Amino acid sequence: MRLINRVPTPGLRIGLALLPLLLMALIYLSASAQRHAVNPDDKLLPSAAQMVTAVQHMGFEQDTRSGRYLLWADTGASLRRLALGLGLSAAIGLVFGIAAGTLPLFAAPVSPLVAVLSMIPPLAVLPILFIVFGLDELSKVMLITIGVAPMLVRDLEHQALQMPRELLIKAQTLGANTWTTITRVVLPQLLPRLLIALRLQLGCAWLFLISAEAIASTDGLGYRIFLMRRYLAMDVILPYVAWITLLAYSMDWLLRRLTARAFPWFAESGK
Amino acid sequence: MSAPAEAAAFLEFRHIWQEYGPHVVLENVSLSVNRGEFCTLVGASGCGKSTFLRLLLGQESPSRGRILLDGAALAAEPDATRGIVFQRYSVFPHLTVRDNVMLGLELQAARVVGRLYGSAKRQARETAEQMLASVGLTHSMALYPSRLSGGMQQRLALAQALVMRPRVLLLDEPFGALDPGIRRDMHGLLLDLWKQTGVTVFMVTHDLSEGFRLGTRLLVFDKLRVDPQHPQAYGARITYDIPLNQDRRAAVLDALPPDLVTQLSTREVSTS
Ligand SMILES: Nc1ncnc2c1ncn2[C@@H]1O[C@H](COP(=O)(O)OP(=O)(O)OP(=O)(O)O)[C@@H](O)[C@H]1O
Ligand SMILES: [Mg+2]
Repeated sequence: MRLINRVPTPGLRIGLALLPLLLMALIYLSASAQRHAVNPDDKLLPSAAQMVTAVQHMGFEQDTRSGRYLLWADTGASLRRLALGLGLSAAIGLVFGIAAGTLPLFAAPVSPLVAVLSMIPPLAVLPILFIVFGLDELSKVMLITIGVAPMLVRDLEHQALQMPRELLIKAQTLGANTWTTITRVVLPQLLPRLLIALRLQLGCAWLFLISAEAIASTDGLGYRIFLMRRYLAMDVILPYVAWITLLAYSMDWLLRRLTARAFPWFAESGK
Repeated sequence: MSAPAEAAAFLEFRHIWQEYGPHVVLENVSLSVNRGEFCTLVGASGCGKSTFLRLLLGQESPSRGRILLDGAALAAEPDATRGIVFQRYSVFPHLTVRDNVMLGLELQAARVVGRLYGSAKRQARETAEQMLASVGLTHSMALYPSRLSGGMQQRLALAQALVMRPRVLLLDEPFGALDPGIRRDMHGLLLDLWKQTGVTVFMVTHDLSEGFRLGTRLLVFDKLRVDPQHPQAYGARITYDIPLNQDRRAAVLDALPPDLVTQLSTREVSTS
């Protein structure tokens, strides 16, 4: 059988998916064990036991200074910023994207502007955000929004324009005006596409979040990682990175499930 | 020349030209159509049949000439007086079959929210379900269109358009993608619906036999003049206008002025 026609069975598929992860863990653990054999105090590649202790310390013991459980406090702070930034971006993306994608008079001034704005590297305006919005929450949320919203606007505008012209004409022959065309035809068809666009922007959103937290913050996952770097505390940094990865992956998974659940027609039409 | 008799026509095209830059698509097309006629439009690919429908729909305005519906200029954008069924993309993928038919009723009645509630909604639902029963989709009302076969989707599109009681129904190769057996069923269905509603139909088809079987009038679009150096310099006209299926037209013909009937009949003789 040709290679292009050979498909793994479900069991084999899971096995093959886990294989590289297991291999990586194995390589890491053996390298760590080797270094610890030479120097029991090695900090660069902490052993599994060291990391478990660190997680225990960060997540399940009160911090002596603040009295908080740091891992959960950091997670809460970061997720809050992320949710606010993504929520704001989604709202802006929907409103401007749909308006630009359905109203040519609105698109004429707005879509070239958004195309230009989306080319500004968000991190380059981070200092401006700190100056304008101060060093606290707002500037971090704004960084995520500035980084993500223009992409969502452009994507949704594009998706709205991609909708078959026939459907908009059909809606008009059914008595729709501009407003009801948008609310009953365009918006419902773009909502699942918004969720997909959000999933694609998750990586960027995390990047902006961690950057902002690393530069100016007193809590958050990004703040903690950069703080721990000073102490070469790889036993904390590595579990934190794994935790961030797990959070990002779960958010992606949740958005995917939500798309399938809330928009059964979308999954059925196979787009 | 202003002929007062002309003003009586239901739908009238007066010297319509449609040009896209230097490309002349339709050239001086004049036509008048009575209420309740079933016009089938045939012609070579690219000769402007869909363009003609777009003009009639109000999706485009003619470069020159006027289109009158009941003596008044046609609205310059699509509205509920003219329904349409395209070859594809006629139904909304995000609505179930029932909601697809209800949508028009809701949009028509609720201009701001576009939705009905309570007893008004129940009533719209009933109307929609009756319409769906008449196209044989009673058992698929809760499905999304992607689950329907091509023929079922076109039946849904017909129901969706007809529930609005449009004055004119435009069909652009509605059965082009269906296989012959289903096509024949659709012909029967379409004729039944046409008889029930008395709607004026314009249907583009590539299948000449379909055009002959369904229409009360066959309109052939063709270019009278062709410049081999500049194939786009001249547009198409209606070169044949053939009355058909007189028996089905009987009811309509009674309403026509007798002189027009003889005129139409002689034209049929001269072309066949
Ligand atoms: N918006 C437009 N701009 C420029 N040219 C156009 C436009 N719309 C249609 N045309 C041209 O007009 C001509 C007629 O197109 P139309 O779609 O009406 O043909 P048709 O008779 O429906 O063909 P078919 O049978 O293949 O559907 C084509 O040559 C097309 O390229
Ligand atoms: Mg066409």
